[in-house]
Amino acid sequence: MTVKICDVAFEPFVEIQNFQHELALNGKFGATSIFIGTMRDFNEGDNVQAMTLEHYDGMTQKQLTKIIAAAKTQWQILDCLIVHRVGKILPNEPIVLVSVWSAHRNEAFEACRYLMEELKANAPFWKLEKLATSQTRWVLKNH
Amino acid sequence: MITLRYFASLRELLGHSTVQLDIFEPHTVLSVWKLVNPDFELPENVLTAVNMDYVLPSHVVKNGDEIAFFPPVTGG
Repeated sequence: MTVKICDVAFEPFVEIQNFQHELALNGKFGATSIFIGTMRDFNEGDNVQAMTLEHYDGMTQKQLTKIIAAAKTQWQILDCLIVHRVGKILPNEPIVLVSVWSAHRNEAFEACRYLMEELKANAPFWKLEKLATSQTRWVLKNH
Repeated sequence: MITLRYFASLRELLGHSTVQLDIFEPHTVLSVWKLVNPDFELPENVLTAVNMDYVLPSHVVKNGDEIAFFPPVTGG
């Protein structure tokens, strides 16, 4: 179970490939579920040129670890990987990756959805958008 | 000594990110806020944490605690 906070751009499919390569699970997992969140160039009807993601270093990792532990009590997860970006982000760059490995698809689908929803609700991240007009604003709605 | 930390829009609103102070009597998260920000009521939507775990404003704090105040989270 791994949580990574990245302050530079990351490539989610490379992260998944490298992580899976290190797993001692050959022959054990039958399902891998993946969610990737990517930055849009629009929000609330406005064009967005960049975003800065702030977080509470330490609490972020603590909350994500708790979320993973809660997921493990509900589903038989073999492993999972959460990667979240912080710092300055540009449109089309990945913000978050949640990936779950399990024996069967149901656990992978449901745990992946749960981890992502709990991350959005509880992990202390905040988005500051820079609009095309150069005006900045904090994101208030957590869609 | 306790440490107060503010994040995101709340940090910008207050103009600083960290406050450290000694407490000599029992305090809750809310009473510490009032002590440090007497002219500014704790906004209703602000979330509170002690030592990186979510708590209610009624949570009792002790010396050595790190108390955080921040707006609703928007990650992912």
